Amino acid sequence: MTIQGWILIFAFIGILLALTKPVGLWLFALYEGRRTPLHALLGPVESGFYKLAGIDPNAEQSWRRYAVHMLLFNFTLLLFTYAVLRLQGVLPGNPQGLAGVGEHLSFNTAISFTTNTNWQSYGGESTMSNLSQMLGLTIHNFLSAATGIALAFALFRGFARKSATTIGNFWADATRVTLYLLLPLCVLLTIFYIANGVPQTLAGVVDVSTLEGAKQSLLLGPVASQEAIKLLGTNGGGFFNVNSAHPFENPNALTNLVQMLSIFLIGFGLTWTFGKAVGNTRQGWAILSAMLILFVAGVSITYWQEAAGNPILHQLGITGGNMEGKEVRFGIAASALFSVVTTAASCGAVNAMHDSFTALGGMIPLFNMQLGEVVIGGVGAGIYGFLLFAILAVFVAGLMVGRTPEYVGKKIEAREVKLAVLAIAILPLTILGFTALSSVAEAGLAGPLNKGPHGFSEILYAFTSAVANNGSAFAGLTANTPWYNGLLGVAMWLGRFFIIVPMLAIAGSLAAKKYTPESAGSFPTTGGLWVGLLVGIILIVGGLTFLPSLALGPIADHLAMISGQTF
Amino acid sequence: MGNDFTSALRPAIVMTILFAILLGIGYPLAMTGIGQTLFPAQANGSLIRDSGGKVIGSTVVGQAFTSERYFQTRPSAAGDGYDGLASSGSNLGPTAQALTDRVKADVEKRQAEGVTGAVPVDLITASGSGLDPDLSPAAALAQAPRIAKIRGLPETRVRALVAAETKGPMLGFLGEDRVNVLALNQALDRLGAGPAQ
Repeated sequence: MTIQGWILIFAFIGILLALTKPVGLWLFALYEGRRTPLHALLGPVESGFYKLAGIDPNAEQSWRRYAVHMLLFNFTLLLFTYAVLRLQGVLPGNPQGLAGVGEHLSFNTAISFTTNTNWQSYGGESTMSNLSQMLGLTIHNFLSAATGIALAFALFRGFARKSATTIGNFWADATRVTLYLLLPLCVLLTIFYIANGVPQTLAGVVDVSTLEGAKQSLLLGPVASQEAIKLLGTNGGGFFNVNSAHPFENPNALTNLVQMLSIFLIGFGLTWTFGKAVGNTRQGWAILSAMLILFVAGVSITYWQEAAGNPILHQLGITGGNMEGKEVRFGIAASALFSVVTTAASCGAVNAMHDSFTALGGMIPLFNMQLGEVVIGGVGAGIYGFLLFAILAVFVAGLMVGRTPEYVGKKIEAREVKLAVLAIAILPLTILGFTALSSVAEAGLAGPLNKGPHGFSEILYAFTSAVANNGSAFAGLTANTPWYNGLLGVAMWLGRFFIIVPMLAIAGSLAAKKYTPESAGSFPTTGGLWVGLLVGIILIVGGLTFLPSLALGPIADHLAMISGQTF
Repeated sequence: MGNDFTSALRPAIVMTILFAILLGIGYPLAMTGIGQTLFPAQANGSLIRDSGGKVIGSTVVGQAFTSERYFQTRPSAAGDGYDGLASSGSNLGPTAQALTDRVKADVEKRQAEGVTGAVPVDLITASGSGLDPDLSPAAALAQAPRIAKIRGLPETRVRALVAAETKGPMLGFLGEDRVNVLALNQALDRLGAGPAQ
């Protein structure tokens, strides 16, 4: 570990803390449906969209209607992308002349991008045409992110409204977030990425005669426009197979920093927006503090392990940290930081190969996802996932003092707790269930590249990443098979929508409640005790559920590594 | 519930089409127009051309150097090495026998070439992309004696060349000290003793 590495990590957090309130304020304006300066330019687009689609943006929706409209929109998008991928061979914008994408791969990819997972069973350069990248995939990067933020808004309204029957309008939320937040930021980010060497062209392959006289083919394409939203929307689906490790996606240390900042930017802002929405910004800062404690702990472990390196290789006469799967221009600190950022958020972009991390260095990204990606988390999904844990935490606090728990002025009763547990339980059920199945089925065992405990880690990581809608991988796993494409597709769908629907039900149930003013007996949810309780609940739920699986995978792998055992 | 569903049909279909046009076609094409106008070199891959206009590489992406006359690049798992259409890391885990075997062979090869002491770690590990354009200064300097010998140059001159091509962290704390291997080898060729045969 170097001082420079720690400066990077703390500068990264410092920049984000400085941006939290401005971004939160902007999000709050969208949450309230207020006019922004951008309305002068994009307002006509917004109203034109509503007119053509027959939408009344002021029509308030019950939680059921909000859920049905959101689901049907996402399902239509899913079918659209499936069609674009299947028809790739006959559609234009295909300079490489690629064939249509196969059935199970199209199924997997369409779900993957709809659910904001962006798991890549395919290698972008060898599978996807320029049109597929733009029309099939980039559009989801915007709309799955907008869906996530809209859902967070809906839950915020559940806490903020009193005796109400509605939680907002899905179309208005999703459209405003797309037009006034995601699109303008992406325009700026795209220009920045292009200036730094990320290609943006409709051309295909360029042939290079290398200095040694060999032939190398380089693939170009509309990379920068995809890159901008890939990170800002915590999607993570790259243009190329290796994602942000590819020099064309992430050419230097500055683009790398901006990519990491983009992943967390909206998530940080939303904590502030939540506080503002419920009338006390300290509620937001308390949530952010709990998230940051978990984040800094994770980064420290991964950075420490990666900088310490692999003792098996040290015995061969090498010194230094673990550089297998890492790029020289980023080095160990920026690669470790990126890996923890991308899995704390539900991004899944990678700038280094997590499969080749040291055993414990790679366990932290895995554990981040198993916690439900509530450490900052995906845009929208992070904060609503975190609020589910907050409900659980006030419930536990209520049990300890023997009072009906309250949170930000709302009584938390049996219905909310049951729904929160239902949503949280989908993670262990699907992750552990599907991992167990794949660890005994022949088609599942054909997947891992590595042998021994690390092979098990590859399977566990895949299902964790799918259910948590992350999309990063221990990429040694051969996942482009009917078994994995199918199961992972189902896992991604369950992990997204089986959390969202109970969450919206909670929003509806909370909105209907009266406001309960804070009294002397209320458990304060802004101080250090609350932050500690939140961190404790998240670690206990995540730890107790997943520790056995981690013991079989990364922990066994670590013990093998320090004792020099190879497989 | 039924009314919830039917009221969603038209918005779902029309909004999908409208957003597809705006975000899937309008946005990337507008960005392509802006990129091609403002930064044509970068938008087209930061390509390097020789005096005859032939493309010999990109300042951004790495290419394979395996000849003993050049500074060699890191091991690559992209296709047969530095395949621009098949970016990939090795994905070998820390306890993989295949990783140990590969590293052991590379360490022995480097030691046979005259690298003394510890071998710089990036020189014997595969990068994440398989297209890493850089080496650490240590990994370049470790190859200086071999290159000096083959090219008949004083070793101090080769080392000075590495130092001249080394770039520090951006803004003082972003990234690592690094040398772009293609730029370094181009500078090496300019130093005299002609290109590889």
